[in-house]
Amino acid sequence: MMTSRRKERLVALIVLATLLFTPPLLLVTERLGPGALTLYVFLVWAAVIGLAAWLLEGGRRE
Amino acid sequence: MSLRGEWTVLAVAFGYLALLFLIAAWGDRRATRGRSIIGSPTIYALSIAVYCTAWTFYGSVGRAAETGPSFLLIYLGPTLAMLLAPFVTRKMVRIARAQRLTSIADFISARYGKSTGLGALVALIALIGITPYIALQLKAITLSHAVLVDYPVTAGQALETTAFWADKSFWVALVLAVFIILFGTRHLDASERHEGMVAAIAFESLVKLAAFLAVGAFTVFVLYRGPGELFTRVAETPNLLGVLGLAAVPGGALGWVGTLALAFLAFLGLPRQFQVMVVENVDERHIIRAAWLFPLYLLAINLFVLPIALAGLLGDAGGDPDSFVLTLPLATGAEGLPLLVFIGGLSAATGMMIVETIALSTMVSNQLVMPLLLRARLLPRGGQGALAGWMLGVRRLAILAILLLGYGYHALVGDAYSLVTIGLVSFAAAAQFTPALLIGLYWRGANRLGAGLGLTAGFIVWAWTLLIPGFAQSGWLDAGFLTQGPFGIAWLRPYALFGLEGWDIYTHALLWSLVANVGLLVGVSLFTRPSALEQTQAALFTEALHPRLDQASLGHAGHTPRGELRALLDRYLGAATTARVFAEEPDQDDRHPASPALVARGERALAGALGSASARVLIDSVVRGEALDLPALLSVLDTTSETLEMNRRLEQKSRELERTGEALREANERLRELDRLKDEFVAMVSHELRTPLTSIRAFAEILRDHRDLPDDKREHFLEVVVRESQRLSRLIEEILDLARLESGRLTLHPERLDLAELARHGVEAVQRPLEERGITLEVALEVDAAPVIGDPDRLEQVIINLLDNAGKFADGAAPRVRLALTRHKRGFRLAVEDNGPGIAEAERERVFEKFHQIQHQDDGAPRARPRGTGLGLPISRGIVAHLGGRLWVEDAPTLGGACLVMELPAAPDDSASSTPVPASPAA
Repeated sequence: MMTSRRKERLVALIVLATLLFTPPLLLVTERLGPGALTLYVFLVWAAVIGLAAWLLEGGRRE
Repeated sequence: MSLRGEWTVLAVAFGYLALLFLIAAWGDRRATRGRSIIGSPTIYALSIAVYCTAWTFYGSVGRAAETGPSFLLIYLGPTLAMLLAPFVTRKMVRIARAQRLTSIADFISARYGKSTGLGALVALIALIGITPYIALQLKAITLSHAVLVDYPVTAGQALETTAFWADKSFWVALVLAVFIILFGTRHLDASERHEGMVAAIAFESLVKLAAFLAVGAFTVFVLYRGPGELFTRVAETPNLLGVLGLAAVPGGALGWVGTLALAFLAFLGLPRQFQVMVVENVDERHIIRAAWLFPLYLLAINLFVLPIALAGLLGDAGGDPDSFVLTLPLATGAEGLPLLVFIGGLSAATGMMIVETIALSTMVSNQLVMPLLLRARLLPRGGQGALAGWMLGVRRLAILAILLLGYGYHALVGDAYSLVTIGLVSFAAAAQFTPALLIGLYWRGANRLGAGLGLTAGFIVWAWTLLIPGFAQSGWLDAGFLTQGPFGIAWLRPYALFGLEGWDIYTHALLWSLVANVGLLVGVSLFTRPSALEQTQAALFTEALHPRLDQASLGHAGHTPRGELRALLDRYLGAATTARVFAEEPDQDDRHPASPALVARGERALAGALGSASARVLIDSVVRGEALDLPALLSVLDTTSETLEMNRRLEQKSRELERTGEALREANERLRELDRLKDEFVAMVSHELRTPLTSIRAFAEILRDHRDLPDDKREHFLEVVVRESQRLSRLIEEILDLARLESGRLTLHPERLDLAELARHGVEAVQRPLEERGITLEVALEVDAAPVIGDPDRLEQVIINLLDNAGKFADGAAPRVRLALTRHKRGFRLAVEDNGPGIAEAERERVFEKFHQIQHQDDGAPRARPRGTGLGLPISRGIVAHLGGRLWVEDAPTLGGACLVMELPAAPDDSASSTPVPASPAA
């Protein structure tokens, strides 16, 4: 169903998303001004979904 | 008439519910005809969006207005969980399908040795933890209806005077009960999919998304001129800026992480999510699409939450932030949009209630009621299938009871909580299931006692830190223990357990409940021994994706008469299902023992209808002796790294062997072919040699016996003898050449020579004979001199051979042959083409096989080639190859037949030798 390389990439993406969604990195954007945090979360969220879609759908042709 | 009129709203709302009935009925009809409409990954992803309830629809805006970006966490958690779905959910789907599991309670019970007690515990926790959540949906419907109809009177005032028969949410609950009974309990087997229901849920997901996006777009682009203006206005209002930052999140950074973890765990533990993701899954592959499509849905439905919240705070819409989605458009006097929003909220609420009630009713009937009835022997006596209808009745009753319980909760305590509070309390309850679920999926050592104690402890901590304080805040209890602790014991204060203060209540409750839950699960499992059945189930669950699992012998080693098994199934499942179970081995005597596979099938069928624990109890009642062949299973599944590695190597070796075998077989095949051809060749050669010999002998005898022959006759006969002798010697010469070539003893005398000159010689040699046969020969020498290294005699032999050959194959009516000499890169190409039929692509290499020619001649094809020895081309190729060149066939560029091309490398530059010769095209 999924090649092991694709699984590894997905795991890496999950780890990355968790890092990006939790405080140490979150606190950095908090300093950028009001609203930056929310904007950041939405952008990261969209990027993670995009990467996941690319990873899960695109790989099917491999 | 106003769109907001009491009766209009009612008509639209119940009309919408009627539409759901239609969709569900349609979905079920399609399913029975075998043309499922839910067999699509997109529908699957949309059905998972049942996660977004009225709590999302109304509560997110309220939460954003009060606690800023923290509303996002409720959706970021599931995003992370969903990315894991290709691993975790896939495994759960695989297991649930193999064992016919019907709910999360059944799943956990089955994992820990089909434990009746554990299943009942999970069902009970779910019932207590989730009922408030159903109440919350009803509250949302009531509230939104009141806001819609009574605006600008605030909802609180309007709600005061309602009795239950006047309460719309009571009737909504009843209609839903009918819906769920109709579409949720069609089959006794709860592991069968509810296709109509899933179709309706997917539709509801679309409606709520569309409604929310509509009100969002309205707020941003109609109330304000785009997001720019909205945020400029916000920036001018300093006290609103605080809402946007982490400071507004309860508990700050810690609260952020806590809520994220809570949402992650709850998403995996919520009974309705288990229902749509695992039980209703049609195809494992759909999980891949849903893994990103569902997060995308979440992103879309959250896009406008903050703008709506900010617009609500900025404007004077007033009222509860939970109702901003309604009051914002209402304040502008719009009527259609608020109605759409109301329907969106209704769809969010009903979707959740439908799925949650089905999940809970299955748990209640299979994990709570059934085991009790079995134990108490209260089941009615009766013949075939008498119990089947009875059990469906239990489930239907459970549906009604759960919805009424939800309504009762809503009517009694509904006003005390805001939407979000109830939701998060329920989340924390559902999160208690996740450790037993996840750890059980990946750690074989987790056992029933550990899971049971962990769940119990987690539930108690949850109740103490969230549920009971909630009651206290509703005014049902003296709130004093919140600040002083029970009996003045300070370290037991519910919001500051063990003195842990300053945390937000959800993170606090999650931490302590998880510590208790996971701690006991792991700790107790490490120090107690599981039973044989627990070990088997643990192995089956943790190794669910193991490719060799289905080879494991999972049969019951005991002895069961078929008749008893048949009677048991008949009684509980009815004749039709029993016949299906027995279908694979029908014609055997009922006194014979049932095969292990048959018993396993019977147990699975029972599990689908009654839950795995009850099924096990029933099967045990007819099986005598040891139930499962545990050692056999464990030995199959004992996949230590060593055996895995051995396995891998063995597989690699066997693949190599396979390849070698394949190569050997091919070589052998080829050898046989060659052997056969060689035999044919020998036969052919002797035939070829005998033909001229026979005629020589015949004519010589004539000459000897008839001395008185006329001179001209004698002359003629002698000529024949000479010609045949020449042919014979040519044949022998060629055979010798071939033999020398093959054995590598062909001696060539390479010297520097001019290929153009040689070509002219060759042409001269064959020109006359060709002309005699009426063949037109064209010569095109494009280079004056073509210095190559070669044996002149042999090369000329090749050229003559090629020309002669081409002459044989040229078109019968107007035969033409063309010789061309061109320079090509660092060599020369001599091409001889004819206007014959050409040579098929597949045949081109084979014409150089020395035996092939012979075989071809024997084909008797319509355009059979003129007879020859068939050795010319192989010999030519051998010679050319010896001289470092190549000889091959291609399509004739000018004449359209075959073209044989000889390529030889140019001789190293040596100005001394070649003398320029003027090109003279001969005809």
